[in-house]
Amino acid sequence: MRAGMSAENTILSVEHLTMRFGGLAAIDDLSLAVPAGKITGVIGPNGAGKTTFFNCLTGFYKPTEGVVSLNHPTRGALRLADLPSHQVAHVAQVVRTFQNIRLFPKMTVLENLIVAQHNALQKASGFSLAGILGLPSYRKAEQQAVAKAVDWLTRLNLIDKADTPAGALPYGTQRRVEIARALCVDPLLLCLDEPAAGLNPRESGELNELLLRLVADAKLTILLIEHDMSVVMNVSDHICVLNYGRKIAEGTPKQIQNDPNVIKAYLGEEDADELLHAEVSA
Amino acid sequence: MALALQQLINGLTLGAVYGLIAIGYTMVYGIIGMINFAHGDIYMVSAFIAVTGFTLLTAFGVTSVPFALLVVLIVAVLFTSVYGWAVERLAYRPLRGSTRLAPLISAIGMSIFLQNMVQLTQGARVKPIPPMITGGIDVLTTDGFTARLSYSQILIVLVTVALLAAFTWLITRTSFGRQQRACEQDRTMTALLGIDVDRTISLTFMLGASLAAVAGVMVTMYYGVVDFYIGFVAGIKAFTAAVLGGIGSLPGAMLGGLIIGLIEAFWSNYLSAEYKDVATFSILILVLMFRPSGLLGRPEVEKV
Amino acid sequence: MSPLVFANNAPTLAERCKDAAGIALIALLLGIPMIGLTTADQGGSLQVLTRWPLLGAFVAAAFCGRLALRYGLDMLKQRRQTRDREAAARPGKRGVRSIRILELTGWLAFGIALVLPILFSDNRYVVDTATTVLIYVMLGWGLNVVVGLAGLLDLGHAAFYAVGAYAYALLSTQFGWGFWTALPVAGLTAAVFGLALGWPSLRLRGDYLAIVTLGFGEIIRVVLTNWTDLSGGPNGISSIPRPTFFGLPFVPSSDTGTFASFFGLEFSPMHRIIFLYYVILLLSLLTNVLVKRLRRLPIGRAWEAMREDEIACKALGMNITNVKLSAFALGAMLGGVAGVFFAARQGFISPESFTFNESAIILAIVVLGGMGSQLGVVLASVVLVLLPELGRDFAEYRMLLFGAAMILIMVWRPGGILSHREPTLRHQPAGEQA
Repeated sequence: MRAGMSAENTILSVEHLTMRFGGLAAIDDLSLAVPAGKITGVIGPNGAGKTTFFNCLTGFYKPTEGVVSLNHPTRGALRLADLPSHQVAHVAQVVRTFQNIRLFPKMTVLENLIVAQHNALQKASGFSLAGILGLPSYRKAEQQAVAKAVDWLTRLNLIDKADTPAGALPYGTQRRVEIARALCVDPLLLCLDEPAAGLNPRESGELNELLLRLVADAKLTILLIEHDMSVVMNVSDHICVLNYGRKIAEGTPKQIQNDPNVIKAYLGEEDADELLHAEVSA
Repeated sequence: MALALQQLINGLTLGAVYGLIAIGYTMVYGIIGMINFAHGDIYMVSAFIAVTGFTLLTAFGVTSVPFALLVVLIVAVLFTSVYGWAVERLAYRPLRGSTRLAPLISAIGMSIFLQNMVQLTQGARVKPIPPMITGGIDVLTTDGFTARLSYSQILIVLVTVALLAAFTWLITRTSFGRQQRACEQDRTMTALLGIDVDRTISLTFMLGASLAAVAGVMVTMYYGVVDFYIGFVAGIKAFTAAVLGGIGSLPGAMLGGLIIGLIEAFWSNYLSAEYKDVATFSILILVLMFRPSGLLGRPEVEKV
Repeated sequence: MSPLVFANNAPTLAERCKDAAGIALIALLLGIPMIGLTTADQGGSLQVLTRWPLLGAFVAAAFCGRLALRYGLDMLKQRRQTRDREAAARPGKRGVRSIRILELTGWLAFGIALVLPILFSDNRYVVDTATTVLIYVMLGWGLNVVVGLAGLLDLGHAAFYAVGAYAYALLSTQFGWGFWTALPVAGLTAAVFGLALGWPSLRLRGDYLAIVTLGFGEIIRVVLTNWTDLSGGPNGISSIPRPTFFGLPFVPSSDTGTFASFFGLEFSPMHRIIFLYYVILLLSLLTNVLVKRLRRLPIGRAWEAMREDEIACKALGMNITNVKLSAFALGAMLGGVAGVFFAARQGFISPESFTFNESAIILAIVVLGGMGSQLGVVLASVVLVLLPELGRDFAEYRMLLFGAAMILIMVWRPGGILSHREPTLRHQPAGEQA
């Protein structure tokens, strides 16, 4: 039904999702299937409900109506809205980044990545008892955690910043640290909220490569909110367009680029008519 | 019946005072999003100014009570608003844009400083002044108990109502009120529109201090005793009132004040006077837990 | 008023004087009702007294102070600009060196603490004062977990101190428990109170939390003052047993042997004083080691991460509830243990010792010392306890100075005096960075 995808390949299915604030429906009856192992872009003009959509996915908002369910390979179908917000990352392995970067600024980059592995480490530390005694089992777990962090830092070309406080880094680097930190949680689904915002053209080119590499190497699925069309159109396998909380189009980048509804949403009714008219006559 | 009526009268009087102080908390919270922990001590400072003022006028042989009250009220409002201004300028303005904890700690420091400053300069002992307004109206007598509405209580309620009216007019109708409300919504944007945000914030502090000053004078006149510790307790109760009414809301602050005053009056009389503060604190904790936006406040959506 | 203008063209003397005159005018307005005038009880009724010379001095001081401050700030700004330029040219080293100095100071302080009672074994005053310092150190370290690491502003720490003290007082006077058996139980009781406070306030934002903790502290104090059957009311609990040396009491004589007779020493009241000193030294050192270790464990990093950004913690799958509650429980437990020691040392406790002022003092220690810094807490405690010992005047001005210092520190260095943060783990050993 949805672009001919079979259910097994869908990692996240959103059905009739609605989120109302008072009278305003920030998301209005949104249905979407996110294919596994691919990059799905979510675009739309400002205020289209993109971030609200992410907040519903990741447990920060409880949706007014609808079902968001994650197809977990070992844990079965998980209804994300029923999980407490921290379990979305811990149990369902859906991890997000934020539009306005949320690092732990006074902690070093390495510490940021270690905090991301809190649940595993906390368990290994025997809820601090084994940790206080300095038992070898805990030390080994900590070494593994550091190794994992160092691995991601190397892959994202951040290793020489490992001991720098995160808040002292330039903006573009902080974005990458946030992605590295999210990757340390072992996500199945990585939700990136405008990762290219504030990046210069060279940096956003690097981001493109990084995202493609991640999907290829790490076998994860990426859900991407983005304004930078050079990123969305180049990396996305599939794009969903929101406007006023409703889905107005869905398809491949090519299809989206030529969709009259999308052009209308971005350019406004009259301009779009003109443009379409011009294209037809050309 | 008469006893209950008496508690109602006492509670409303007390509540009016709490409400006046609570407005200061609520306005400051509205405009810069912090608890002005030293606000209770501003009120205490004004009570001391009132004591000095009344004593001075008596020494000069002024016998007309309305005249003395008016003079002391004006003097107290003037001096106390300077204190309000100075507190903001010294302890809060340099910290704008800092972490959330910093201005709060600075405010606690300011509260400790003011308390000890008054203790050192004015003495640690309780200051009594002779009752100024005596007499009242007997309202109701049942079972040998007479409920009495004293003239000073009438005065407190009248002054509070008059101030509230003036204040509502100031906030809703004047250019300062518009600037003040604009700053509450978006300080950066207000500044971009060419409004002096610093000045607006300073004025807000001075206004809050003025209302606390009126409360201080009223309490001095009503109870006749003042000490350097009254600001702490009254401050917390007024803050509770502001939270209960919905912090940021002016009518809410007054409503909260009245409710707290009534609860305190009835609780002291029917349950136990010793635990009346426990009642207030428990209300504070319960409101914050279950309805952090208070009775008339707008709910705050967590921004992600 | 724009600082940029000042930095570029220095103001003239006239401008400086005008600025200072403005401040002096404010000082005059502030000073008239509080300094210039005061009232005193004379023969049954209040009389107004004037202190114009004092007010004059105050205003003059404000004028000169402003002149000097403005001038000093301008100088400082210039120097900082040049220094920043130099520092940008050669980065790195300074941080590492300051860590070394701090570490060295820490060990030095430890050494002094260890030998102090031996050096002053016949000076009760010195050992007593040092014991008081250590109580505050311990309280400060406990609160540091909550405020400094977890970033939760707790204005009711004295409540846990009180719970510990009363728990020991009741266990020992009512049930005959000894100091060492009651210690963990009282500590755990305080931890339970910490959880009881933490649970309802989980969802609260920072400043609301502060007010709730304050309210909680006051509730505890009011209950202790009024529940006479349990706590003895305002009179408190007296004749609380002192700790013994493995069952040997510090008394002149006893049927079952005393500390002095067992070791063949002549009885001296100093034995107990010195013993108490070492008990609190041991307790605070344990606290220090515990907190230092926890900081390097997942839970400690979680506390700090929560202080930095709670929402990010949630998004990473961290259970904020547990992290917050553990900070509250640990802080409360350490406060409770300090309370047990306090009760055992004083032999008498009453609600008077656990007012909001006490909470404020402990908070001041943590804030002034630099939130999260262990050594800073020690320095602040020493200053706090020694200040009033310098003389009666200082005792009177102690809280005034502390209030002022809290404001100044926040304005000047919101991170506290010793605000350097040492990472809990490093990729490369310290000092090898470029």
